[in-house]
Amino acid sequence: MNGVLTFRGGIHPPHRKSRTSSLEIKKAETPSILVIPMQQHIGAPCIPIVEKGQYVKVGQKLGEAKGFVSAPVHSSVSGIVKEIKKWEYPLGQEVDSIVIESDGNETIDESVRPVSSLEDLSPDEIRQIIREAGIVGMGGATFPTQVKLSPPPEKKIDTVIINGAECEPYLTADHRVMLEKPDDVIFGLKAIMKTVRVDHGYIAIEDNKKDAIKLLTKKCADRSDISVVTLKTKYPQGAEKQLIKAITGKEVPSGGLPMDVGVIVSNVGTACAIANAVNVGMPLVERVVTVTGNGVKNPQNMLVKIGVTFREVIEQCGGFNGTPAKVIMGGPMMGLAQYSIDVPVIKGTSGILVLTEDEAKQHQVKQCIRCARCVDACPVGLMPINISNYISIGNLDEAEKLNVLDCIECGSCSFTCPARRPLLPNIRMAKQKIIAQKRNKK
Amino acid sequence: MEDQKFIVSSSPHIATDVTVNKIMYSVIAALIPTVISGIYYFGIYSVWMILASILACVLTEFVFQKLRNKPLTIDDGSAVVTGLLLALTLPPRLPLWMVILGAVVAIGLGKQVFGGVGCNPFNPALVGRAFLIISFPVHMTTWINPVDGVTSATPLNLLKMEGATTSYIDLFTGNIGGSIGETSVIAIILGGIYLIYKGYADWRIPVGYLASVAILSLIIGQDPIFHLLAGGLLFGAFFMATDMVTTPVTKIGRFVFGIGAGVLVVIIRVYGGYPEGVMFSILLMNGLTPIIDRYTRSRIYGEVRQ
Repeated sequence: MNGVLTFRGGIHPPHRKSRTSSLEIKKAETPSILVIPMQQHIGAPCIPIVEKGQYVKVGQKLGEAKGFVSAPVHSSVSGIVKEIKKWEYPLGQEVDSIVIESDGNETIDESVRPVSSLEDLSPDEIRQIIREAGIVGMGGATFPTQVKLSPPPEKKIDTVIINGAECEPYLTADHRVMLEKPDDVIFGLKAIMKTVRVDHGYIAIEDNKKDAIKLLTKKCADRSDISVVTLKTKYPQGAEKQLIKAITGKEVPSGGLPMDVGVIVSNVGTACAIANAVNVGMPLVERVVTVTGNGVKNPQNMLVKIGVTFREVIEQCGGFNGTPAKVIMGGPMMGLAQYSIDVPVIKGTSGILVLTEDEAKQHQVKQCIRCARCVDACPVGLMPINISNYISIGNLDEAEKLNVLDCIECGSCSFTCPARRPLLPNIRMAKQKIIAQKRNKK
Repeated sequence: MEDQKFIVSSSPHIATDVTVNKIMYSVIAALIPTVISGIYYFGIYSVWMILASILACVLTEFVFQKLRNKPLTIDDGSAVVTGLLLALTLPPRLPLWMVILGAVVAIGLGKQVFGGVGCNPFNPALVGRAFLIISFPVHMTTWINPVDGVTSATPLNLLKMEGATTSYIDLFTGNIGGSIGETSVIAIILGGIYLIYKGYADWRIPVGYLASVAILSLIIGQDPIFHLLAGGLLFGAFFMATDMVTTPVTKIGRFVFGIGAGVLVVIIRVYGGYPEGVMFSILLMNGLTPIIDRYTRSRIYGEVRQ
C-alpha cells in the first residue's frame, strides 16, 4: 500500500483548517446547567431511568437504550436532575432531555472501572462494553458502534479502517485527537479488530495532516497488523464508501453497507471512545469539538461534555465575532444549520461553525449553463443536473432511473455549481419522496 | 451574547467562487488575443463589426426578455460572448447591417426562443452565422488578403478550387484570407489553453476534434497539418465546440462529440460543396448532444453490472 490513495470525482473546497489545526485540545469549563438529550443516535430514543431531584454522578446511565439501533446515554457531570422535559436538539425536533444542575465536584460513578485488559476480553464482552458505554459513530452519523460491530454471520469482515480523513473544511477535531491521543486511536482500532476477528487494520489520513501521518506511522512502525495509509486531500475523501474504494479498491454495492464487502469503518473519535471505555470504563460523556468560523472570536478545539449548550461553548471561545449569520453543527459541506444556540453538544457534534453574513450569503440562483461541473464532481458518478431537471418537472421515476437513491448527499454538486443551483436540496427531497412512495407501495 | 435570527438552509453551506458570470467573462478574456490579431490583420473596420455584433446581441436579448417579462440576464455576459464569437467568424468586410441581422438571429432564434441561456440546443453564434451564409452567400464568401487588402480566396478555397497550397508559416501567423478571428493560430491557441487551464473548457473536445481531423485527413491522403491550421478549425475547436450549453455533460460524451465533429469536417471539406465544414460539423453534433449524453453515462459507484 504505497502512494496517495483516492477515488474518482470530488472537489477541493477551501480548507480553512489552519486557524485551529495547531491549537491543542482545551478542556471546556463545565457550566452549572447541562441538557442531555435522550436521543443521540439514529434509532429509537432512550427511556430515562433517573428521576427529577435525583443525584447523579459522572458516567452514570441516565437513559436506557430502547430497540436495536439505539445506545444508552450517560451523565457527563455529577449533580441534581432538575427536570426531564422536551428540549430542542441539533437534529431539529425537540426530544426528551435530562436537565442536570452540576455540583462542580465531578464525582465519578462507581460503575466506571475497567473490567479487564483487552487481551482477556472476548469479542462479545468488548461488544457489551461498547454498547454499555453508549458509543456511537462520532463522525456525525451517530450509528451505534456495537450494532456496526455485530455483522450477521454470513458477512465475513476482513478489513477495519479508522477514518482520520477529516475532509470537511474547517474541522480539526480528529486531527488533534490523532496528534494528542495516538495510542488511544491505535487501541480502539485493535479493539475493533479483535471484536470482528480481523488481522489487519488501516488508519487512513488525508495528506494535509502530515504531522498526524508521521506520528501514527512511527507509532505503528513495529506493528505488522496496522498500516497507516495516506489519502489524497479531496472532499469527500472521508465518506465511507469513497474511503473503502480508495483503500481496498472495493465498491460497496448500490443500496448496501460496508459490511457487504467485508469492511468496517470507524471514526477516529469513536476509536478513542472505545479505548476510554475499555481502559477506564468511562462511557461516552464528552467529545472533542472544533469551534470555528469567522463568526467566533477565538476558534478552538475543545473537549466538551455532552450536554453543554452551543451558547456556552461559543461564549468560552470569546463569543461571537460581529454578527453571526449561520450556526452549523458539523462542517460546512454536510453540517446542519441551527435555529438556536441553546441546543446541547451531542455525541455527533464534530464541530460548531459560526459563519458571518459575508460567508453565509445566499447567492442568486441562475439558469444552468450545462457546464457539467456537478457531473465531474459527483463521487458516485451521478448526473446531478439531469436528475435535478427531472425533479423540477416532477418526474421522479426518471430521477430514480438515474440512480438518485445512490446519492451520498456529500454536496459536491451544489458546492461546485456556478449557477448556484440547489442541486443537493432538490435531490435530497426527491430521495425522501421516492423512499416514501416505495414504503407506501409495500 | 444576545439572541438573533440565524439563517437555516440545507447543506452545503459554502460554494465555489466560480460563477456563471466569471466563466463568461473568462471566455471573453480568452478571446482578446484573437480580437487583437483580427484588428491587426484586417484593420479598424473589424472593431466596428465586433461592436455592432455585441451591441445587437445584447439589445436583442434585452428586448426579448422585456417583451416576455423575464428577468434580465444581460449582466451574465453570455450575450456578449455570442456577439463576439459571431463577429470573429465573419468575413472582414461584411456590411454592418448584415452583421447586426446575424446577431439578432443568433440571440433571437438561436437562444431566446428556447428560453435563454442554458436552454438553447445549438450554438447561437453559429446559428447566426449559418443564417448569414445562407442568406448572403456572396458577401459571406468574399475574403480579403490581410497584406494588401484586396479580395482573395481562403486557403481552403484555393485548395478546393485551384489545388493551390498555402505555406504553414502564413497559416500559423494568420497572414491569410479568412474570417476576422480564425486566421491567427497562435492567438487562438493562447486563448484556448487559458480556458482549459481555468477549467472552463474541457480538453477532450478540442483534442478529440483536432485528432480526428488529423488522423482522418491522413488516411484519405490529405495534408493533416494544412487541415488543422486552415479555416476555422482551431477557432471552432477551442471556442465553438467547447460551448458548455450545447455539448455533452459526460467526459466520454465530450470525446465522442469532438471526434464526431472532426469526422464531419473532413467529409464536408473534402467531399462537400462548401470548402469549410467547421460550422456545420459543430451544429450537427450539437443536435446529437442529448443522445450522446444518454449513451455515455458513467458507471455509478457500486452499480452491479447487468
